[in-house]
Amino acid sequence: MEISNLPISPSIRSKLLSKGYTSLSSLSSISPSFLAQELSVKLEEAVEVLRAVSDTTTSKSAHTPNGIIPGAVTAWDMLSEEQMQRHISTGCEDLDAILGGGIHCKEVTEVGGVPGIGKTQLGIQLAVNVQIPVEYGGLGGKAVYIDTEGSFMAERAYQIAEGCIYDILDKFPSNSREFLSCKERLQVNNFLAGIFYFRICSYTEQIAVINYLENFLTEHGDVKLVIIDSVTFHFRQDFDDLAQRTRVLGGLSLRLMKLSKMFNLAVVLLNQVTTKFTDGSFQLTLALGDSWSHSCTNRIILHWNGNERCAYIEKSPSVPSASAPYLVTGKGIRGINSNFKRARIM
Amino acid sequence: MANKLINQMGLPPSLSHVFSARNILTAKDALSLPETDLMALLDIDIALARSAMASISEATCPPFQTGLALLEEKMKSGGHLSTLLPGLDIALCGGIPFGALTELVGPSGIGKSQFCLKLALLAALPECYGGLNGRVIYIDTESKFSSRRMIEIGEGSFPQIFRLQGLAQKMAGRIIVTRPTSISEFNDSLQQMKLTLLQNEVKLLIVDSIAALVSWDNEKGTISSRQSPLRGSLSFLKSISEFSRVPVVVTNQVRSHSSDDTFHYIFQGHRKDTSNSERSESHLTAALGIQWAHAVTIRLIFEAHSGHRFIKVAKSPISSPVAFPFVVESSGITLLNQEGISVAGSEINAIRCQGCNILTQ
Repeated sequence: MEISNLPISPSIRSKLLSKGYTSLSSLSSISPSFLAQELSVKLEEAVEVLRAVSDTTTSKSAHTPNGIIPGAVTAWDMLSEEQMQRHISTGCEDLDAILGGGIHCKEVTEVGGVPGIGKTQLGIQLAVNVQIPVEYGGLGGKAVYIDTEGSFMAERAYQIAEGCIYDILDKFPSNSREFLSCKERLQVNNFLAGIFYFRICSYTEQIAVINYLENFLTEHGDVKLVIIDSVTFHFRQDFDDLAQRTRVLGGLSLRLMKLSKMFNLAVVLLNQVTTKFTDGSFQLTLALGDSWSHSCTNRIILHWNGNERCAYIEKSPSVPSASAPYLVTGKGIRGINSNFKRARIM
Repeated sequence: MANKLINQMGLPPSLSHVFSARNILTAKDALSLPETDLMALLDIDIALARSAMASISEATCPPFQTGLALLEEKMKSGGHLSTLLPGLDIALCGGIPFGALTELVGPSGIGKSQFCLKLALLAALPECYGGLNGRVIYIDTESKFSSRRMIEIGEGSFPQIFRLQGLAQKMAGRIIVTRPTSISEFNDSLQQMKLTLLQNEVKLLIVDSIAALVSWDNEKGTISSRQSPLRGSLSFLKSISEFSRVPVVVTNQVRSHSSDDTFHYIFQGHRKDTSNSERSESHLTAALGIQWAHAVTIRLIFEAHSGHRFIKVAKSPISSPVAFPFVVESSGITLLNQEGISVAGSEINAIRCQGCNILTQ
């Protein structure tokens, strides 16, 4: 019965059903005042019901420019759009290379790893790198950093921003007029001011902030990156009902996906690890369960490979699985082949 | 914020009546439900449910700050408790940070409680001597707090202060020791802690040790049930440390490797066999599992090998992995080498205890 799928309140729905209106077509030619009388509800409520009906029916049969489904685009149009996209550099050239340029906008990327491997470092590095001006190859956007664990340290962000500016000025030593004006913008304080920091202390606040982001992003249109560090912490602590947790997480990931597409930004979620019993032994895997692992578009696992830190792309729709080593230096995340003279190895 | 009442959020009165009629009183109750469930429960249409969720979310969401404002705030209020061990202070960019959870983990008898005693003393000292001039709450679960030893450390490190009449008594009077005997008592004292911290100018909170609390309640439990007693207190501990801007130092125990401990992901294949066998003989691992390891901000590992004891900065957002050799003297812990030895790779997370057992020598 199609009536049962309408987004109307249950009491009105039961009244409709009890009066014999079971399908949408039965409501298509009724006036609001007649319906109000039939169901003994107020006129405004009847108007709402009919509007819900007409929304549902028009979306099914409308003719669109593509002629098939409203809101869809052809793959060719998407290709030209994707090619124009800029990516957010991670600071490590090898990692950028295997990612196809860097972290993609309009996608949700999950990064997970054991404690101490550098997830927060990568998060802060991305929050700085997204602000690199367009003239220097970056996105020139701001970042929203949602901190659930309290691991964001402003002094470390200062160090990383300093390191990033130093490397940019090193790479683009040109003194031409167009670079001079954006050189002035390359100040550490500007970079720090471009990170919007939210400190979240419970899963309720985490849900609230993700709901609120839509308004926030409409106001601050230059945000190009949303980082949640980490998405797991509160969900592991306070939830007793795992089924409800899966539902809530599903809602969260849908909302984040929608935000990334609507505002053309990248969403990066940092995750923790847990152990799972597979193939007869315990293995490490990312937390929050199997249903969550389907929610993200891309998945990167940071791990130890002997004495080296490595990033492994476990899941991506556009690039093959590959691994790249990286370093955590005093200036932030860098590749193995970065100039050793200036990097103090961590 | 999660427990903010809906009827105080400024929603239109008809809407907030509907919420309270269905017993959805706090933001937590409302936001845990998907939109469609809320619509069904409250008997309202979807547009109204959405706008209600949006207003509740906006009211519950904490205000944002820019990174610059955070830095300036930290510069103003100071950010660290200096340990008076120069090498360690430099490695930690000033000392034990405020508002974060620092964990000390190591085998028994290595010097963790000694370190805690010295920290307690340092926080109680007046500011002219490098202290925080405040009270200290010392939660002692293993009855390891010895005030005689603390005075001895004080006389050894700050002889000029402690010889002054009555100052030793004043310093010792600032350190409040509590000995909870169960997790529920611990949780209760944490709940009251929030107010106490602000009202009584407490500048440091030490929990020595947190692993002991868990082991009382659950000796034979599996890893997952060992987590549950601490779950609520962990995030609460973190949040009170941040709101009151006090450093929280927690001590942890070690346990030996079991064959269940894993270090590898599924995609890394079966390399774990060779490395595990050599590890399990001499290596220990921190108690409380990987979830706890994620939750702490800074982890200092105390270990012993090749005849010396070392403090390793294993997990820290602002330091490189270094190890400092140390000894325990009458004046507390002293570093033998102020520069520290750089430790590469995953070695930094290993805990060794060789040469500690007199029976094998």
